[in-house]
Amino acid sequence: MTGLLLRRLGGLALTLLAVSALIFAVMNVLPGDAAAIMLGTSASEDTLAALRAELGLDRPLVLRYAAWIASAATGDFGRSYTYGVPVSELIGERLAVTLPLALFAVILSVLIAVPLGVGAASRRGGALDRFATVFAQMSVAMPAFWVAILLIILFSTGWGIFPAGGFPGWQAGGLAALKSLVLPSLALALPQAGVLTRVTRAAVLDVTGEDFVRTARAKGLPRRVALWRHVLPNASVPIVTVLGLQFTFLVAGAVLIENVFNLPGLGRLAYQALTQRDIVVMQAVVMLLSGLVIVVNFLVDLAQMRLDPRLRALA
Amino acid sequence: MSKPAPRRKGAWELRAGASIVAALAIVALLSLVWTPQPPSKMQILLKLKPPLAAGWLGTDQYGRDIASLLMAGAWNSLSIALLSVLIGAGIGTALGLTVAARGRGIVTAAVMRGCDVLFAVPPIRSAMMLGAFIGPGRFTAIIAIASFMVPVFTRIAFASASQIWARDYVLAARACGKGPFRISVEHVAPNIATPVIVQVTIQLGLAILTEAGLSFLGLGLPPPAPTWGRMLAEAQTFLRPAPWLAILPGLAIALAVLGFNLIGDGLRDRFDPKRARAS
Repeated sequence: MTGLLLRRLGGLALTLLAVSALIFAVMNVLPGDAAAIMLGTSASEDTLAALRAELGLDRPLVLRYAAWIASAATGDFGRSYTYGVPVSELIGERLAVTLPLALFAVILSVLIAVPLGVGAASRRGGALDRFATVFAQMSVAMPAFWVAILLIILFSTGWGIFPAGGFPGWQAGGLAALKSLVLPSLALALPQAGVLTRVTRAAVLDVTGEDFVRTARAKGLPRRVALWRHVLPNASVPIVTVLGLQFTFLVAGAVLIENVFNLPGLGRLAYQALTQRDIVVMQAVVMLLSGLVIVVNFLVDLAQMRLDPRLRALA
Repeated sequence: MSKPAPRRKGAWELRAGASIVAALAIVALLSLVWTPQPPSKMQILLKLKPPLAAGWLGTDQYGRDIASLLMAGAWNSLSIALLSVLIGAGIGTALGLTVAARGRGIVTAAVMRGCDVLFAVPPIRSAMMLGAFIGPGRFTAIIAIASFMVPVFTRIAFASASQIWARDYVLAARACGKGPFRISVEHVAPNIATPVIVQVTIQLGLAILTEAGLSFLGLGLPPPAPTWGRMLAEAQTFLRPAPWLAILPGLAIALAVLGFNLIGDGLRDRFDPKRARAS
């Protein structure tokens, strides 16, 4: 297991390195000089040269990449051009919003999808099953940012239960902060829940049809016990896999949702960096979000091996 | 192992999905020659009218006809989604077929890792990076969406093609002296067409969602070209006086995605007996 883990860790490091190279290449090789893009067309030649020197754009690309990676590995992503503070500081503040948002969304989607999927599978063709199928189709088809807007129409401008946007900050008290994350995480969770419901239902049905479950039931194990002890542990592998795969879309969706709700998260930071042409910030945020996705997928791989001994043997 | 099938699997999904998509395609094509009003025609005096008060579906903050905007938006959304999926599917499938023909080795491993890398940068973010340099627009949107589709199709094509390469008829073809290219084209490609086509319909739904997201962020087609995503973004300012502005474009997006997803499900149920068993 240790050797396997080391090999996987090596692969993880390589993938991270490749992603960073890709991002760096896109941001630096594309036509258009970062300094010119940041300063706009009206900048004087002197200012441009000064910024190029500050950004180190006069050095060869490979050296710049090496320097960027080396300092990024120590947590130093450079200085934001527009905010005038270290990028790592900016990211730290924004993570305090995006991480809870993503976490709540994952929890919510599991809380919705797993009971619904299991219920649908255990009464196949019943009312709950039909509801689950319709729910899954609908929630997958609806764009998260539209769901967000509908939630605002319903709960904010309509009933006034939750704020329509903004984030008071954690220092304003946990409750107010949590309240402002309810609608965003719900909007983010619903499409995920749709996918997860289908997977849960299919996985539970799949396992329920296996011989060992029939044997367990034949020896007199009640339905509920068989479900908890035999079906769910075996059905959990595909569920965890999809949960991990969906994380990519969750992080991508967060960019949109944060913009709808005006939340000062990482996605909003990336968007602001784009509109303000702050290349340094954008490079760092994109790298961080992509790195997050890769690390989560890696953890999912490990979780799968933990859940299914057969995969350990295969790998 | 064959069992009698009383009814073809996935039939109603296919029918429902195909009807939705066909209707949207007709609307999109129609918008090229006719819309109730010119989509960009502003009539300030008629601004923010609810559905049926002015035009079928009301007007926006500039008095533009929502029905016409939605129709023109259908063309923009569907054409960008279709083009980017076709590009992604074309490149991805070709790449998957190529590495499957080479078998396991360093090139294959490099391509598959490359897929992981591309997969880690979802379209919204690659569009942001591209948008910063070449500006938002049709090209940026298509490249961003297609670059996310390539790894999807490479993986599918590689996995399916690898199975075909292990078949006896491929061995026979090799014995006849056919090279890897001819075998790929004549024997492997036709046999992986089904999973690839199923995936195309599924990815079309995703591409529409992504295009809408890009337009929503201002990374899609620039104004004045109407897109569903930007209509939604602009509607956010008028949620209280004119909620229909936000409801209608979202409905259009959801309908289009639903249509493609239903077709994808129907096709998968029909052609993939292993998955059909669980549903």
